[in-house]
Amino acid sequence: MVTVSGEDLPKATVLLRDGLIQDVGAGIAIPRDAWVIEGAGLTVYPGFIDGLSRWGLAAAASSTTPAPRSQGPEDRPQTYSFERAADLLDPGDHRLEAARGAGFTAAATFPDRGIFEGLGAMIGLAGARARDMVIDEPIGQQITFRFGGGPASNGFPASLMGNIAYVRQLYLDLDHYKQAKATRRPEYDHALEGLEESPRVLLPAEEAQQIDRMLNFAPELKTPVLLYGLHEAYRRIETLKQTHVPLLVSLKWPEKPRDADPNDAPNYRELVMREQAPTVPGLLAKAGLKFGFYSDGIDTATGLRQAVKKAIDAGLPRADAIRALTRNVAEMYGLADRLGTIERGKIANLVVTKGDVFEDKTTIEYVFVGGRKFVPEKEVHD
Amino acid sequence: MTRLCLIVLLLAATGWRAAAEALLIRNATVLTVTKGTIQDGSVLVENGKITAVGQNLSAPAGAVVVDAGGKFLMPGLIDCHSHTAIEGGVNEGTVSDSSMVNIEDVLDPMDINIYRALAGGLTVSNVLHGSANAIGGQTVVIKLRWGKTAQEMLLAGAKPGIKFALGENPKRQGYTPPAVLPLGRPAERRFPGTRMGVEDVIRQSFVEAKNYQADWQVYRQRVARGEHPVAPRKDLRLEPLVEVLEGKRYVHAHCYRSDEILMLIRVADEMGFKIRTLQHALEAYKVAREIAEHGASVSTFSDWWSYKIEAFDATPYNVAILTRKGVLVSVNSDSDELQRHLNLEAAKSMRYGGLSEAEALALVTINPAKQLGIDDKVGSIEVGKSADLALFEGHPLSNYSKALRVWIDGHEYFDRDKDLETRPDFERKKRALEDKDNGAQQRLPTRR
Repeated sequence: MVTVSGEDLPKATVLLRDGLIQDVGAGIAIPRDAWVIEGAGLTVYPGFIDGLSRWGLAAAASSTTPAPRSQGPEDRPQTYSFERAADLLDPGDHRLEAARGAGFTAAATFPDRGIFEGLGAMIGLAGARARDMVIDEPIGQQITFRFGGGPASNGFPASLMGNIAYVRQLYLDLDHYKQAKATRRPEYDHALEGLEESPRVLLPAEEAQQIDRMLNFAPELKTPVLLYGLHEAYRRIETLKQTHVPLLVSLKWPEKPRDADPNDAPNYRELVMREQAPTVPGLLAKAGLKFGFYSDGIDTATGLRQAVKKAIDAGLPRADAIRALTRNVAEMYGLADRLGTIERGKIANLVVTKGDVFEDKTTIEYVFVGGRKFVPEKEVHD
Repeated sequence: MTRLCLIVLLLAATGWRAAAEALLIRNATVLTVTKGTIQDGSVLVENGKITAVGQNLSAPAGAVVVDAGGKFLMPGLIDCHSHTAIEGGVNEGTVSDSSMVNIEDVLDPMDINIYRALAGGLTVSNVLHGSANAIGGQTVVIKLRWGKTAQEMLLAGAKPGIKFALGENPKRQGYTPPAVLPLGRPAERRFPGTRMGVEDVIRQSFVEAKNYQADWQVYRQRVARGEHPVAPRKDLRLEPLVEVLEGKRYVHAHCYRSDEILMLIRVADEMGFKIRTLQHALEAYKVAREIAEHGASVSTFSDWWSYKIEAFDATPYNVAILTRKGVLVSVNSDSDELQRHLNLEAAKSMRYGGLSEAEALALVTINPAKQLGIDDKVGSIEVGKSADLALFEGHPLSNYSKALRVWIDGHEYFDRDKDLETRPDFERKKRALEDKDNGAQQRLPTRR
């Protein structure tokens, strides 16, 4: 039993009741009404948590009436800060089953459109109805910089600097809005309401200079931040050590595109990044920095498992890999009292395997989501 | 070749810069730019600053000594118009006034063109927003400290700027939007569509900026009286324009035609701000007196014109005419390629208009330094200035010369010999990575 909260327990029992972990340890009394699974030869881990996900959310419906061309920040372009993942959940999303097949039981899921993408929710990856899935919300606001549309873009902003200026202006407007609320009734602005409600903001930081840029920018927002991406963080370990910003590392390692144009040769920096990106988790762990993983579009069980394995092969200790998939993510979102370890009182999210969870030959026997048992389809090993 | 360069350049990121406490470069022909030429001269650098210039200087204990016999030492070159090291778009071209955006937010210190420019002796760049808008984004001055972060590249104490643009670019001459854009939205053309409209945008924005400035003044007065008013909304578009009005930010105005240069001078006088530099300004020679009277300066090309209608009535004598009429002139690159040999661009003004050697060198050193308000720090080889130095093989105004070594603040950022020496190793490393990359893909199962 890999509890993550303390030592591994070699021969232990975990008792689940009403969706929670009621007890865990060696030699605990088994109630008469319990349904018993014999665990000899099995390993139990806390259920994995996707640190930044789209699971459970259908692709944003494209509106039939396009927004008018944005003339500036006042038009609140590409801003869905007020939309709630919790209201958009689709329990029928086929990706939930694939994710469970890789040991994922929860996800910090965020809508996927615009610059301010909306209020995320921590969800359990199973449920008959959307409301059964939500563990906590809102858990934050994801920001994505979107630019490069050229003449086809829908107005301001169409450059990276325009995106940054817009985010900066919106947070200044939020300051003003709060001040104004204290003295009079300002015009209702749902874009700012969404920002005000968000306990934290997720900023994109893939390459080295983007990490610097976002660390520099974050204090202006006067709200806690997480950085996501981090594939070139091997160039900025020392910088990151100076901060205490929680990090979400994308599992989608940069690699040569399948249909790469042979004439479009990658430059040296890109080649280095393709080689070095999987070393980032190991380097972060070695530096004592807290990070979590996120799926970043990978939605097959094999893909997810192989991606984590790649980081382990590049130097990430297994125990740190488990942490990055469980406890660390729970802590980043302030949910360490409910998720991330096998401890009494936590939500009954578990992965039960035959063998080490990251090994090719291992099979995931059961996944428990909120105490509900799933038996994943067996992977075909070649 | 490009690939080869690239490899080497990356090497420099982790490379060999010596952080010498003291550096003595001796036996060079020292082109001080402001204080004449010193044959067999020496320059002593301590803690990043030039501490002595002359003949027969002796090296303090522990100093790195560079024997530059037969070579030419000049101040690092300065480019008053660059778009290098900008990530994610040079223009926020969607609006006519994009003063809310700031180049400082998107500097990319890993842009390989920084190193390539260093290899031509360039040490300082005025990094400008593009010219798509009547009032463009905020701009910054950087030192090309290759391998450092964006923040570390900023030239401390340099006044920030803002880009303006007149003429064809901001009025979107020749820009035909597609008949129907994606999502079935009908195409819209952006105001303005005429030169009159460009003038209107600038005037309108400054009227707004003045009102905004007044709102804040009232607010501050009320706070000073002990009241508790709600602060006005901070507007990132108007803030930099207020700074322009208050003389805290320089205006760098892209322009070509003499009539629109006069227009901008009139608007500036009316609104009460100064134009710091007229950029390109190919017809400036026609209105040199008016430019000098306003106190503006000109940063132009040596001999590049006729690439669009408004750039036809140009002459390579522009630089010389303006100089003789008392206008401060610099020659700029506006290009990742041209910035690698700004010394030769300066040399052309000797052929066209007969500027002296010192005047030609000043076009890419002390003059742009004055235009950017950093001439107390850089732009010449003088005691007290930053040790931004470029060592050339021969005279920098000869097109047979190459830059050999370049220092910024006394740190070496480029060394041609070491660069050449390390190329084979990097070529090998890159090939190994490429093989790995290709191999990784071949192992993937093919889908049928």
